[in-house]
Amino acid sequence: MSSQFQVVGTRPVRHDGADKVTGRALYGADIQLAGLIHGFVLRSPHAHARIKRIDTSKAEAFPGVKAVITAADFPVTPDRIVDLGEGDTPLSYVRGNMLASGKVLYKGHAVAAVAATNVHIAEEAASLIEVEYEPLPCVLTAPDAMKDGAPILHDDLRMKELGEATDKPGNVAEHFRHVKGAVEDGFQLADKIIEREFSTATVHQGYIEPHNATALWNNDGRVLVWCSTQGSFVVRDVTACVLDLPVSQVKVTPMEIGGGFGGKIPVYLEPVAALLSKKSGRPVKIVMPRQAVLEATGPTPGSSIKVKIGATKDGRFTAAQATLAYEAGAYPGSMVGPGAMCVFAAYDIDHITIDGYDVCVNKPSTAAYRAPGASNAAFATESVVDELAETLGIDPIELRLRNAAKEGTRRADGPKYRKIGCVEVLEAMKNHPHYKAPLEGPNRGRGVAVGFWFNVGLPSSVNIAVNADGTVNLVEGSTDIGGTRTSIAMQAAEVLGLPAESVLPSVVDTDSIGFTAVTGGSRTTFATGWAAHDAAQDVVRQIKERAAALWETTADKVKHSRGVYSCNGKSATFAELAAKLGETGGPVVGRAAINPRGVGGSFSGVITDVEVDPDTGKTTILRFTSFQDAGRAIHPSYVEGQMQGGSVQGIGWALNEEYYMSADGVMQNSSLLDYRMPTSLDLPMIDTHIVEVPNPAHPFGVRGVGEANIVPPPAAIANAIYRAAGVRMRRLPMNPPAVMEAVWRKP
Amino acid sequence: MKWFDYSAPSSLSEALKLLRENSQALLLAGGTDLLVQMRAGRKQTDLVIDIKNIAELNQLVLDASGLRLGAAVPCYRIYNHRDIARGYPALSDVASLIGGTQIQGRASIGGNLCNAAPSADAVPLLIALGAICRIAGPSGERTVPVEEFCTAPGKTVLKQGELLVSLHLPPPKPHSGAAYLRFIPRNEMDIAVAGAGVSVELNNGNFQSVRIALGAVAPTPLYAKQAGDSLAGKPVNDACIQTAAELAKAAASPITDMRGTAEYRRHLCAVLTARALKQAIQRAQEAK
Repeated sequence: MSSQFQVVGTRPVRHDGADKVTGRALYGADIQLAGLIHGFVLRSPHAHARIKRIDTSKAEAFPGVKAVITAADFPVTPDRIVDLGEGDTPLSYVRGNMLASGKVLYKGHAVAAVAATNVHIAEEAASLIEVEYEPLPCVLTAPDAMKDGAPILHDDLRMKELGEATDKPGNVAEHFRHVKGAVEDGFQLADKIIEREFSTATVHQGYIEPHNATALWNNDGRVLVWCSTQGSFVVRDVTACVLDLPVSQVKVTPMEIGGGFGGKIPVYLEPVAALLSKKSGRPVKIVMPRQAVLEATGPTPGSSIKVKIGATKDGRFTAAQATLAYEAGAYPGSMVGPGAMCVFAAYDIDHITIDGYDVCVNKPSTAAYRAPGASNAAFATESVVDELAETLGIDPIELRLRNAAKEGTRRADGPKYRKIGCVEVLEAMKNHPHYKAPLEGPNRGRGVAVGFWFNVGLPSSVNIAVNADGTVNLVEGSTDIGGTRTSIAMQAAEVLGLPAESVLPSVVDTDSIGFTAVTGGSRTTFATGWAAHDAAQDVVRQIKERAAALWETTADKVKHSRGVYSCNGKSATFAELAAKLGETGGPVVGRAAINPRGVGGSFSGVITDVEVDPDTGKTTILRFTSFQDAGRAIHPSYVEGQMQGGSVQGIGWALNEEYYMSADGVMQNSSLLDYRMPTSLDLPMIDTHIVEVPNPAHPFGVRGVGEANIVPPPAAIANAIYRAAGVRMRRLPMNPPAVMEAVWRKP
Repeated sequence: MKWFDYSAPSSLSEALKLLRENSQALLLAGGTDLLVQMRAGRKQTDLVIDIKNIAELNQLVLDASGLRLGAAVPCYRIYNHRDIARGYPALSDVASLIGGTQIQGRASIGGNLCNAAPSADAVPLLIALGAICRIAGPSGERTVPVEEFCTAPGKTVLKQGELLVSLHLPPPKPHSGAAYLRFIPRNEMDIAVAGAGVSVELNNGNFQSVRIALGAVAPTPLYAKQAGDSLAGKPVNDACIQTAAELAKAAASPITDMRGTAEYRRHLCAVLTARALKQAIQRAQEAK
């Protein structure tokens, strides 16, 4: 491989590194504009209530207040479907989540907003807004919300069932089913069948930077927005839609982002800030308090999952069945779809039935979170597989290998795999020193699990302008969350035959680059990197023409290899030709705008050793090794960083993170003190092992690595806890009281 | 957060005068609890009195009469103090346990006590060590044993116009040791689910006297007098330790909340008391 590439696979310093480590990088909260005022959002104290009356007069009269808005200030437009970046949803839901009208559907639901000369005045004025609520009973879990007689969130919601519209009211927005083979026939072939029920708590992505938005409704009618988002074009399109403006009238400048993980795809604040700006005539900045981030931005769904797998004595899975009920939160659209795609994705099984339920509950509207839906599903499947391995007396990795999905395996939801790395990941796990290392000492156990994420493609645009000094400026529209400026620039550098440092990447606003979809679905290094590859090829083509002009030949006769152009014994470097652009026809700009197919799914695996304190139930992670098929690791350090980050989030999800709700739907732990994400002191070094099974469709073999790594950790830790403490944990989080109580109840 | 005035008096008399004149005033030592509570809207005031500039509240004196610890002395001064590490190692532990490094630069043991959280990490140990609170107010000074200081979550014996000046710890006795252990789901940056502070005095392989106090398992930090007294005169062995641990557990009256169930917390009382006793015994044996 080292001979194949000059730049791909190396570890250059990231282009934005100096700004980040010196604190000069500009984030949304850093925005300062002449005349800037500050917004504050008033939020519902109730989890479910009818809004009888809102009186904003006292807030409007409060000194320093410049504007107050409610949902009544949104333009009145007919409902329609909007693309939210990772899925379509009705405008009424999008708008209703920004500012409630009619009903509040969760504690923290935005009700009104105030802009004032400082945020303290805005907050105090917001407290003067009189909202008369008629509290309604609330429902907080999918099983409760599916019961007859449960409180109903949306009176007009009718269930979509098996693809058809029905007239069934309730909280279930959709019930779908994937069928492959005949599952009952498959179970007939099994010697051993294990069926278990699981549940997982609502958890948050936990990005450190809160949501923020600054908006200026300019005098020329254009709306200018600065914000923290995973997709500037999504913010543009959603803002335009909600404000009933053509998309060209909104310009979004993405600032640096302090974490997203899927949670910074939805739009919460931008149209609200824009309306406050329109009313006040001033630019308005809103920064969400941490409590609001936890209470009112999309966490990932809590879920109830039933999984049943049958196997022959020699460890061949004959049939698998799953029922997944995911909490959508306040509005339909949980991640049960992706969960169902991933639940048995690692296995080649002939007979499968999967039922999925998308269920509204009185919690914040859920959003994507790193392989959304897949970790919940894998927790169930990989726990059952572990129990089967134990029952059948087969090594858990060996059992997985005997059933591993491979090229040609068809998933129950339809797609047939092309070249994939499931077997290679499992082989790497089996052969890794960690798996062979003895695990000594009492109360210790080792667990394994695998996971899958399908990844996405979607459109990306890249422009590359050649500088006279032999460097190029690369302009793109993908928010850089995990080092993608560099992984994209490296792909252009590889094509151009330049060092990575000679490609200068910039993430620009929505006026300055072609449409680019969100940084999500692990698509950016794959798709925007592909666009960079194509744009660089466009540059090479044009430079050949310039060389041909100099050498009085035709471009097809000019050869390019590693940055050197040659023809008939003449040769020139890229830099030499770049210096002569003025005399060969003027500037060179390469461009590419693509909507790539051929996305490659990524498999991942975890081996972990834990120790459980028999007196307190506390689990300590002793050792943790993450495996993932990257396809091709463009910048291995950033691939490892993704694997470590996903592992740590998975550990937090497994052990302590949860929305702890009171019976009346109020989150009790809405601070980073009590919403317990792991700190560095709770973690061992996360070891990584990159597997490379190149994606044949991508010019460099990239698959996308941001997500699959979070899928196996909860299951792997549960399996390790079983070996350490003798209890099968089937509910997340597996926090100390939960483990202790399971130990007490152990037969 | 609403506007408020800020005053930083440099003498105790000035602070008491401000307190007398402003009945709604709130005191700020490190501010690590107060500012969070004000920002969250749980406390409101027109005047914050910063007591960090008052000499008496910054005293840290170790002499034959024991330790005088000013109410505003930040944690880092305690755990960086070599003589405290020798004489009161458990106090050093607690000072380095509260918050992270930045918090320890401002947070004080006195503030931890006055905040009166049931889970306050310093308080069970202060009870075990027999600390006395020196309080100044409009009618002069008074002293209160630390186990009587907290009266309810967020409430103390401090009356209108009074403030905590300092804490007094008796000198360490020979063959004595103390320890505080808490249980938290994470390894740092967390609030105790339960905590146990103990001090033991040994005499020829027997317990001479023992004090045990619990945190986060009652409306206030709890002095489990019976549990400690049960060990007086008893031999140092696992059975006696377990008996005391069970008595401590019986003294607890925890609630179920986001940090743990009542059943789990009661269980932890026994676990932590036994573990803390063993650590304190080891310290006492090493102290000779």
